[in-house]
Amino acid sequence: MTTLNLFQQQEANRRRTFWLVVGFVVFFAWLGFGGDYIYYLYTRDAPRLAYHHTFPWFGLVLSLAALAIAWYAYKTGPEKVLWSTGAREVTDPQDPREKQLVNVVEEMAIAAGIPRPRIWIVDDPDPNAFATGTDPLHSHLAVTQGLLDICTRDELQGVIGHELGHVKNLDVRLMTTLAALVGAVALMHDGAARVFRGGRGGGGSRDGDRKAGPLLLVLLVVWIVSWLLAPIIAQLLALGVSRKREYLADAMSAQFTRNPLALASALQKIEGAEAPTTHIKRGAAHLCIADPLGRRLTAHEGFLADVLATHPPMGKRIAILKGMGYAQLKREGGAVG
Amino acid sequence: MGSLIFLALLVVVVGWLIGAYNGLVSLKNQTLNAFKQIDVQLKRRHDLIPNLVNAVKGAMDFEKSTLEAVIQARNQAVKVNAAGPEAIKQISQAENALSGALSRLMVVVEQYPQLKATANIGQLQEELTSTENKVSFARQLYNDTATQYNTKQQQFPTNLVAGLARVQPADLWEIEDQAERAVPLVDLSSKGPPPLNPAPRRGEIERG
Repeated sequence: MTTLNLFQQQEANRRRTFWLVVGFVVFFAWLGFGGDYIYYLYTRDAPRLAYHHTFPWFGLVLSLAALAIAWYAYKTGPEKVLWSTGAREVTDPQDPREKQLVNVVEEMAIAAGIPRPRIWIVDDPDPNAFATGTDPLHSHLAVTQGLLDICTRDELQGVIGHELGHVKNLDVRLMTTLAALVGAVALMHDGAARVFRGGRGGGGSRDGDRKAGPLLLVLLVVWIVSWLLAPIIAQLLALGVSRKREYLADAMSAQFTRNPLALASALQKIEGAEAPTTHIKRGAAHLCIADPLGRRLTAHEGFLADVLATHPPMGKRIAILKGMGYAQLKREGGAVG
Repeated sequence: MGSLIFLALLVVVVGWLIGAYNGLVSLKNQTLNAFKQIDVQLKRRHDLIPNLVNAVKGAMDFEKSTLEAVIQARNQAVKVNAAGPEAIKQISQAENALSGALSRLMVVVEQYPQLKATANIGQLQEELTSTENKVSFARQLYNDTATQYNTKQQQFPTNLVAGLARVQPADLWEIEDQAERAVPLVDLSSKGPPPLNPAPRRGEIERG
């Protein structure tokens, strides 16, 4: 079986989370200080008594705000993600299916050698599952009611193994932080758009003097473009981060369960269920085992899918798992005969 | 200039030595921890079985011998475990016998559909499956970790440090009992549907 270098994987995820947060703060610092600079250039030639923007207030405030947001997102990301899906925690399972879920999670936690995560159920008829948290000691695992309803015990095991793979190699830290930051960017962008619109309404007619020079103009354009692009960049980051990880988590699941065919058939069932997972919103899509939005892009391989899909093509994942399963059967057959 | 190069080389070599040594120690502790996890799961199984058997005793009056075999195997396993971890061979034999007895109980339950319909028995089946899985997953983790540990010790150039760190190859948990291997066959011959107990045990054999 493939040797997955867990240590390197964890290290890479720690590093990526760090740089993600740094990038986030730097981006906001650029927005702030850039704005300051533009405002400085704009007011430099103003009359003596008019306001001169010399102290970089915007930059300082935005950088500090970004730091605070990043810290807050990192700390409360898991709760926010769970809250956004309306999941309920399974603490004292009564229903036999829930009892089985708890058992399966305990088994897989043993196989993965990590503490048992807290278990949540999302009341959604579409089968799906996701994991969130900052590290294996503080992790959460959520499945939809639909998944519990259609999966056999072995299939459930495969899906849970996949999610615990994400937990074990610290994918959850990166992906949860990203989800929280994407949410924050979207929120700030909406807020900023409102401010911009208000500002333009007030000062549009007085915009007479255009002697500021080309530098100011170029800066202004770049700056506005960055504001507009912020949510798109955040989305693209979310996409790039999640796709390769799905193959890896599939492989880890196979390593834990030693039963790749069960996960393959679970994926087939999840793929077969038509309805999108309505409880899971776009912001958390990259955390799930299968694209909750049911986008057609996920069904294909190719440039467009590579750029825009959060998940690798289901057909390819299933094919890889089946390959593993048949290789295993063949080896066993050889051993017996 | 020459001494400077020598110094740089020394730093690299010492740095590598420290890294390799610490890596081995970390793997050793992981292996020990994984071994303790097997113990934890076996204890759990021993504690659970009497309760489970009591819960279904009434419903399964006609299969008394199967139940008694389970209890007996369980008591034997508890006794051997109390003897201490040195008796690893006996422990693994006793535990394998217990696994066999439990599998037979599950096969029996499968054979009586009206029995399966009782909620108690359904619960029993789920608990037994889960218990057996937990034990075999704990062993699987131990075997995986121990294999990694052993490989690291034997591979060049880490094997040069292995002597220094005084590490020993860890024993893998193997299934020696022929009866244990035969259990899935009983499943196949007695019933059409696929066995309830899933595959993990298979991987263990090939890993070892």
